[in-house]
Amino acid sequence: MVLSGAEIVIRCLQEEKVEYVFGYPGGAVLFLYDALFQQETVRHVLVRHEQAAVHAADGFARSTEKVGVALVTSGPGATNAVTGIATAYCDSIPMVIISGQVPVAAIGQDAFQEVDTVGITRPCVKHNFLVRDVRDIAATMKKAFHLARTGRPGPVLVDIPKDVSMQRCEYEYPKEISMRSYNPVTKGHSGQIKKAVQLLLEAKRPMIYTGGGVVLSNAAEQLVKLTRLLGYPITNTLMGLGGYPSSDRQFLGMPGMHGTFEANMAMHYSDVLLAVGARFDDRVIGNPAHFAEEPRKIIHVDIDPSSISKRVRVDTPIVGDVKEVLDEMIRQIESGEARPNPEALASWWKQIEQWRERKCMVYKNSDEIIKPQFVIQKLWEVTGGDAIVTSDVGQHQMWAAQYYGFDKPRRWLNSGGLGTMGVGMPYAMGAKLANPDMQVACVTGEASIQMNIQELSTCKQFRLPIKICNLNNRYLGMVRQWQELFHGGRYSESYMDSLPDFAKLAESYGHVGIRVDRPADVEGALREAFTTHKDELVFLDFQIDQTENVYPMVQGGKGLTEMILSAEDL
Amino acid sequence: MRHVISLLIENESGALSRVSGLFSARGYNIESLTVAPTEDFSMSRMTIVTTGSDEIIEQITKQLNKLVEVVKVVDISEAAHIERELMLVKVRATGKDREEIKRTADIFRARIIDVTDASYVVELTGNQGKLDAFIGAIDPALILETVRSGVCGIGRGDRVLKV
Repeated sequence: MVLSGAEIVIRCLQEEKVEYVFGYPGGAVLFLYDALFQQETVRHVLVRHEQAAVHAADGFARSTEKVGVALVTSGPGATNAVTGIATAYCDSIPMVIISGQVPVAAIGQDAFQEVDTVGITRPCVKHNFLVRDVRDIAATMKKAFHLARTGRPGPVLVDIPKDVSMQRCEYEYPKEISMRSYNPVTKGHSGQIKKAVQLLLEAKRPMIYTGGGVVLSNAAEQLVKLTRLLGYPITNTLMGLGGYPSSDRQFLGMPGMHGTFEANMAMHYSDVLLAVGARFDDRVIGNPAHFAEEPRKIIHVDIDPSSISKRVRVDTPIVGDVKEVLDEMIRQIESGEARPNPEALASWWKQIEQWRERKCMVYKNSDEIIKPQFVIQKLWEVTGGDAIVTSDVGQHQMWAAQYYGFDKPRRWLNSGGLGTMGVGMPYAMGAKLANPDMQVACVTGEASIQMNIQELSTCKQFRLPIKICNLNNRYLGMVRQWQELFHGGRYSESYMDSLPDFAKLAESYGHVGIRVDRPADVEGALREAFTTHKDELVFLDFQIDQTENVYPMVQGGKGLTEMILSAEDL
Repeated sequence: MRHVISLLIENESGALSRVSGLFSARGYNIESLTVAPTEDFSMSRMTIVTTGSDEIIEQITKQLNKLVEVVKVVDISEAAHIERELMLVKVRATGKDREEIKRTADIFRARIIDVTDASYVVELTGNQGKLDAFIGAIDPALILETVRSGVCGIGRGDRVLKV
């Protein structure tokens, strides 16, 4: 079958069972859009800015286990996409981004809307391709999807010059692809796993610390099984929330900069730490030198060898797919005789309960002024704790992570690695399209939401009834918090002046806008949003306490045990 | 510590910049980098001389392996290996210097491959130390131009880097 390059691209998307492409047309991708127009299987979501296209595809991928797909034009289309690509890269999200490029003969001539897209994106993609020959498109697309979803997942960009999308050739989609240079290990070394299991069972103060890798590998079931089998305490990082049910007794909350006292203390004072699909990020372990002061054995399971012993020295590395490795650990424990030491475990739990008694996750509620934590707790109640919650970046992100107890994976979507403001609404768009029957809430702030506010228009066009919970404190809250604590209260450019009336703004796009000023109205407004206006986008503009800070907190450069639990500690 | 890392990489455009970009992005040193296709034209062999602690070298190797186009990575300096570098030196060769340079070149087993009435081009192969020594042996005022290829390395005996 002879097809044009553009038709081949769309055929490949069909072969990969792609349901949605998020994109924005332009000169270099006209043939691709023409081919999209002439078929019905792959649906296109027209965003209002390319950054949002990539974020939405990313949110789609995070809330499912599918590869997200975005389509942008050359030049500014590609550069606008870069933030989205880097965001996905930092959190290892499987994505394929297709970008148009100027015709092959024009490359390097400083043509209109030309940038070196492959060069610009090289450091923030898992891999990228410039397709110079129409005959290479099918194999390249196959490779792109293969690379995106296997090994440590990540975004892959395919740059297609306009003339290549126009030229014609015989089309056949390769059934399989093999690359001699790319063979990720999935099965963990059984000898290493045996050593790890032995270490775990001999532990006196064990701790399980898991990250986004558990979510990406769909290994929540295995993680729950192993953790219950051992009876050990567990913590999930910001990216790993939902990997283990937060309502469970063995769960100690999130670790790190804004994690719980008990999780951080248990991480620090453990004698055997099992790290699974986590990377000892600076926001998680604080000062690595301080963390290394306490002797402990570390077992690290990760699909990416370069994550192991990168920031802390690991004793028992296991390279492999988290799911397969956990399965093997469970199998070995179940088939063996050895069991955890009950006395040691009991006294360890006693210690942990004492830490837990400090009740670090409390805040002073108020009848006068809305506390952000209270909004999140009410959101949890109203949605039955089972919504997909997206967030932007800042204080509201931490409050959502701390107070919306996630019990299942792929319910919590946020930019953990890159910390990109503006992801919240596009993530919610992607998640809602992927999960039309689920409640989707975007927890945001008045600053973050304005970074992609134009997507209110996309939500109208595609009827995406997401609920935006704007925790409006008229400040870049996290910046203000740091300025209050570390910069003498000099609030340099962190106030948000000249804000729009968000409720009216939402209404002008044809959505529902509700402004909430009093704590007593929070629950009612949320119920209204999720029931009365179930099928509409509702913008809830909560006027919250401007002075509220996120606690507990480990200051940058400090160790995990040097926490500020509340404002009184200052 | 100085290390010599050899790798096989798909011979595709952009492959070199993926490697050099990795080094600059992560703040690793490159002392020298040489690259050329192998007997199998679909693949290039690269020799990178770098310095760093054991932890950094371990990360460099892992990060290189992570690049999709990299087929194989070996730290050849971990065991017995041979290093060679090619240098071309253009020197002013007039009067009594002509004979002196010729003699020095002979001592270093270098070859004079271009001769004019005022200059020589001297070709010299060896490890970095030998090349440095040759430069040291010549009057700096006579050196017009030098060009060095960077290090090529290969393991001794049975150690073979092949797909």
